[in-house]
Parts: sequence; C-alpha cells; structure tokens
Amino acid sequence: MEVPILKQGQYLIASIQSALTDADLSELREALIAKVGHYRARGVIVDVTALDVMDSFAVRTLRDVTHMARLRGSETVIVGIQPEVAFAMVQLGLTLKGVATALDLEEGLAFLNQRSRERNDHGR
Amino acid sequence: MTTKEVTPAKGIVRISPMLSAQHLPSREDTAPLLAELVSHLRESRTQLREEWARRITLTQLLTAMSEDEIFAEATSVYDNYVEALATGTFEALQAYARNLSERIIPRGVETHEVVGIVLLLRDVLARSLFAKYHEDFTQLNRILDAYEPAANRIANTVAVGFVQERERIILQQQEAIRELSTPVLQVRERLLILPIIGVIDPHRARQLTEQLLRAIRTNRAKVVVIDITGVAAMDANVANHLVQTVEAARLLGATVIVTGLSPEIAQTLVTIGVDLSEMATVGDLQGGIEEAERLLGYKVLPLTDVTTQN
Repeated sequence: MEVPILKQGQYLIASIQSALTDADLSELREALIAKVGHYRARGVIVDVTALDVMDSFAVRTLRDVTHMARLRGSETVIVGIQPEVAFAMVQLGLTLKGVATALDLEEGLAFLNQRSRERNDHGR
Repeated sequence: MTTKEVTPAKGIVRISPMLSAQHLPSREDTAPLLAELVSHLRESRTQLREEWARRITLTQLLTAMSEDEIFAEATSVYDNYVEALATGTFEALQAYARNLSERIIPRGVETHEVVGIVLLLRDVLARSLFAKYHEDFTQLNRILDAYEPAANRIANTVAVGFVQERERIILQQQEAIRELSTPVLQVRERLLILPIIGVIDPHRARQLTEQLLRAIRTNRAKVVVIDITGVAAMDANVANHLVQTVEAARLLGATVIVTGLSPEIAQTLVTIGVDLSEMATVGDLQGGIEEAERLLGYKVLPLTDVTTQN
C-alpha cells in the first residue's frame, strides 16, 4: 500500500494509514528522499499514529530516512507513536536514538518551526 | 484375567455403602433427631447463650469488644446457628458470617478468635447434650451423630466466611495501593510530575511506565519530572527500568528529568556501571521543576521583581 506524501509549505508529511510490509517501507523511504530534493523541503514529518506494531525493520527504515534526509538538508520528526508501541519498542531495545520524536502532527510541526527558527538565528 | 482382578474390587465397593450407612446416618434418619436437638437448643437458649458468652470472656477471646457487645453478637450467632441446624441451609448463616466479619475485622479481630468462639459454642452445645442425655447413652450417640456433621459444617462456614472477607479486604487494599502508588500529576500546562515512593519491582515498573505514557498522551505533556527521592534502593534492574521509561517517554516526544537521586543510589549506579548518559538528572525536585520550566519557556519571578520591572 502506497503512503501518501503531502507537501505543506516547506515540509513534507507522510501519513501512514495502515500496517506496511517491508517492501512498502522501502518504497516510502525512496519516495521521501526523492521528494525532499524535488520540493527542496526543510522538514519531514512521518505520522505513525495508525501503526500498532513497530518492528526492527520499520525502526531501521525510519532511522535511515532521518539520516538520509539530514544529508539532503532536511530535518525529520516521527510523530504519533502509541504508548503501547513505545513500551514494546523500548523492551525490544528499539529506541530510535538520534531521531526526533513528537506527540502528534501539531507538535511535530511546532518542533520543525522551532528548528528552522534556530537555524535562521544562527544564519544572522 | 481381568474378571479375577475386578471381582475383589467390586466386593470392596459393595462393603463401603454398608459402612457409611452405619456411621453416617442418612438425612431421613437425622431429621427427627435434629428437630429434637433444635427444640432443646431453643428451650435452653438463655442459659446456653450466657454460658457461651461467659466462656468467651473467660478464654479472653474477642478482647477488642466489650462484654455487652459480645453478648449481643453471641445472641445473634446463636440464633443463626440454631436456624442453620433447623433448616439445614447455610446461606443465611453465610451471609450473617460475612456481615459479622465486615463489622469485626476493622476492629482487629483475628482469625483464631473467630474460629475459637465457634468451636466454643460447639463445645457448649455438646456439653448441654451430654447433660441432657447422660442417662440414655444410645440416644446421646444418635443425637451426636446428627449434631456433629451439622456443627462441623457450621464452624466451617463461619470460618471460611471470615477468611474470605479478610482476603477480599486484602485484595481491595492491594488494588488501592497499586492505584495510589503511581500518581501522575500535572503541575503546569504540559508538565507532569511522577513521584515514585517505595520499592520498584518489575511489575510495578511496567505499570508505572504504562501509566506515565498514557498520561503523557492525555495531558499532551512535553516535560516529565520523575522524582525518586522516595525510592530506598536501586539495583541494575530498577535502573534499567528507569532508562526504559525515559526512552519510551521520549518516543512520545516528551523529555524526562530524573530528580532526587540520593548519594547512596548515585554511588550504587556508578559502581554497577549503569549507563545513564541518556538521562537528564537534576539534584532535587525543585531543581527539576525549574529546569522543566526553562525547557517549556516559563520564567517564574517574585511579584516584587515584576512590579519593579514595570
């Protein structure tokens, strides 16, 4: 199943609607990285609210997306991890180190806005 | 071959009903005896009740209750007891035992006391039967045959009722402690405090984490201060639980600050080499809240400062 990727201002929003296969996840990664360049996006939000399971492949893919997007000049934030999913993840040792997380879409947008403001302050 | 083995077994089976018939009289046989017994107990109600209450006081049971109370309870227990003997149904007695337990458990009455008074009543009644039938030994024997099983069942019912009530209360209290032990408090918009008191075992750690994660979601918290001043000891397991909690909270987008690590705990953690580099720690709860406010962009000023600034 294809994940819709929406452009919202300077940001890209990938909203996962249902459980994804490994192939779907890889496809999402390719699509996101391509669009970051295409739209010159400053930030990427991946919304995983609909996921009630997060396996090691999914976690690794999300981490890869973050690192690849950073190399292409874009911040990534993962939003909407469910409490049960978070608990299961830490028990499996999948902690998404170095990846920004936020409660929901709104918080994710606030985080990215804050980040770009900081960057602008530095640039001055 | 098989028939030979089966035959003696059948013989035993045939004998046993005869045995039981001899020793355990059937319901039809005991009914008139029980009726006689009940009418005897009703006739000597006053005297036996008083005797029983006297014996209770004498053996220093139910010291938590006054003599009047003992007598009042003795009366109702006695009546329920005779009622159970008369009707052969124990539901009313069971309900009464539960009700009685509910009243006396909070006053510190122990299990051995309840069992003790029921056995005393059994003894008092048996003695009155001896006194009444001492001239007719066969009749006494038959009366006792009827009385003993019923009396045992009554004692059993009351004791079990008491213990069940106790266990119910214990369960209730455990539940209450579990609920109480993990309060997640919101002190400011988007700031939660989780004070942990007592021992953290794996079960509690799991529950704590789940409750915190749920609270983060419902309160849309951004910063959480976990205060462990009240945690007496910490080992590698507990420390790892704490680290897991911090990481899980981060996955929901909340920052966790741990406060109140005592010198002993700090030493233990360094000695056993738990990696706490991922964890933000501040000395005490006050410092933790101040740090959290800073993260949230609050600045708390005394009113005097505010007015001078204006």
